Amino acid sequence: VKTESRLEKVLSAGHFAVTAECGPPRGADVSSVEKKGRTLLGCVDAVNVTDNQTAIVRMSSVAACSILKGLGHEPILQMVTRDRNRIALQSDLFGAFALGVCNVLCLTGDHQCFGNQKEAVGVFDLDSIQLVKTVRDMREQGTMIGGTEIQVAPKMFIGAAANPFADPPEWRVVRLAKKVQAGADFIQTQSIFNLDRFEQFMTRARDLGLTEKVSILAGVTPLKSVGMARYMATKVAGMDVPEETINRMAAAPKDKQADEGIRIAVETIQKVREIKGVAGVHLMAIEWEEKVPEILKAAGIPQRAHV
Amino acid sequence: VIVAEIKEIAEIRQMIDRYSSILVVGCDSCVAECAAGGNRETMLLAAALKLSYRKDNKDPVITESCLDRQCVDDFIERIAHLVPEHEAILSLGCGAGVQALARVYSDKPIIPALDTLFIGETEMRGVWQENCLGCGKCKLGYFGAVCPVTRCSKKLMNGPCGGSKGGRCEVREDIPCGWDMIMRRLESLGELDRLEEYVPPVDWSTSHSGGPRRVVREDQKP
Repeated sequence: VKTESRLEKVLSAGHFAVTAECGPPRGADVSSVEKKGRTLLGCVDAVNVTDNQTAIVRMSSVAACSILKGLGHEPILQMVTRDRNRIALQSDLFGAFALGVCNVLCLTGDHQCFGNQKEAVGVFDLDSIQLVKTVRDMREQGTMIGGTEIQVAPKMFIGAAANPFADPPEWRVVRLAKKVQAGADFIQTQSIFNLDRFEQFMTRARDLGLTEKVSILAGVTPLKSVGMARYMATKVAGMDVPEETINRMAAAPKDKQADEGIRIAVETIQKVREIKGVAGVHLMAIEWEEKVPEILKAAGIPQRAHV
Repeated sequence: VIVAEIKEIAEIRQMIDRYSSILVVGCDSCVAECAAGGNRETMLLAAALKLSYRKDNKDPVITESCLDRQCVDDFIERIAHLVPEHEAILSLGCGAGVQALARVYSDKPIIPALDTLFIGETEMRGVWQENCLGCGKCKLGYFGAVCPVTRCSKKLMNGPCGGSKGGRCEVREDIPCGWDMIMRRLESLGELDRLEEYVPPVDWSTSHSGGPRRVVREDQKP
């Protein structure tokens, strides 16, 4: 193993890994982080902490990671290159590692036009792949960008995202290969609603031998309502929610739609588990973290063993 | 060309109302090409201002003139005879033109009538497209002559983000995805292999991040 990461241990032991997303609050509310964290204890291998997701200002990901770490979680620090230049990104990597965070998910981030600070400058000094390479060079060479030696270099288990549903489709696996080549150890995908397209993506990834080199965790988001399904289909960047899924949600009575959404998520987990090369599942239950244990149980995912 | 748009009369008036005589100066180069500040637009703006003041029962002196180029001293000096008799100059030049006038006529207030937008091309009559950010280190040769710094909303160097859908950018439907353009162009040139290689972080020190830039060439000095 390359790091102290629990997620790395789980994956390298060949276990089916489970991660879940935890969105920090729009403020300094420690108790809400703790509350979300407690519901996830014991049922996931690691918790992703989002970084000002959809460009809405929230508690810093590094701080929320530290709080979750204190509860006994294995945090995955999400970092977007939208808001910080290479000085701040590298500095925060040092800080996060100093606080015991040893997983990072390198992202570019949604454009600031989606959030509540539309007039902000978009930094984009690095892109997500360059950030992956930066973290890898810290771990493997002990250097920062430009080659300066680091005193106690962060040794992080490195993640990146893949969106099997964005265009152009043929490029998606090339980009995945670039991320792997740059140093990604694990991949968490965009939320999967279109299983056919995800399977095509996985076939291409296997054909290129990428599933041998990187652990792919399939992204799953439970839908709360048909409204949310429609919103994700039309308003959220890079999503593919098929008509069929929307119709299925719409067919359920209003007070049963949440149950239907959970049923779809459970089925999705069971199906992606059967796809060769899928190393785990990544649950993104947006402001619905408390449903994660129930979803995992229904999907037949056992409680987390200590590795 | 440098592409600009004319400001609303109300905003211009807010800046010039305090003066009793205004010299309105156009620029017949870039901003004429984008129909914002050329000879024609200068006459139209002067007329519109006169009308606007008349409605308010005001009658400031408004004189119009247009330079071939507002960013070069040789041309700027051609309005020297008109400047002393006016309290302020309203410039229809780009930001460079406004500041060049201010350097030459250092005792005069120079007010911008345009919002300067970008370096771009006239794609067709009435359509101008931004396509250069002047980053100071041209990389177009690697990207099929489509600039990832300018045409990608996130300045990505290693391929399209997850928000590219049907050749459109996640920022707005009417923005074509720069990376989609790069890939289609390289594909038609048979050079898609250029995209497989990792592109390291950009050196932004040659861009405006390195401070305002200046070119000095001894061989060109008088």
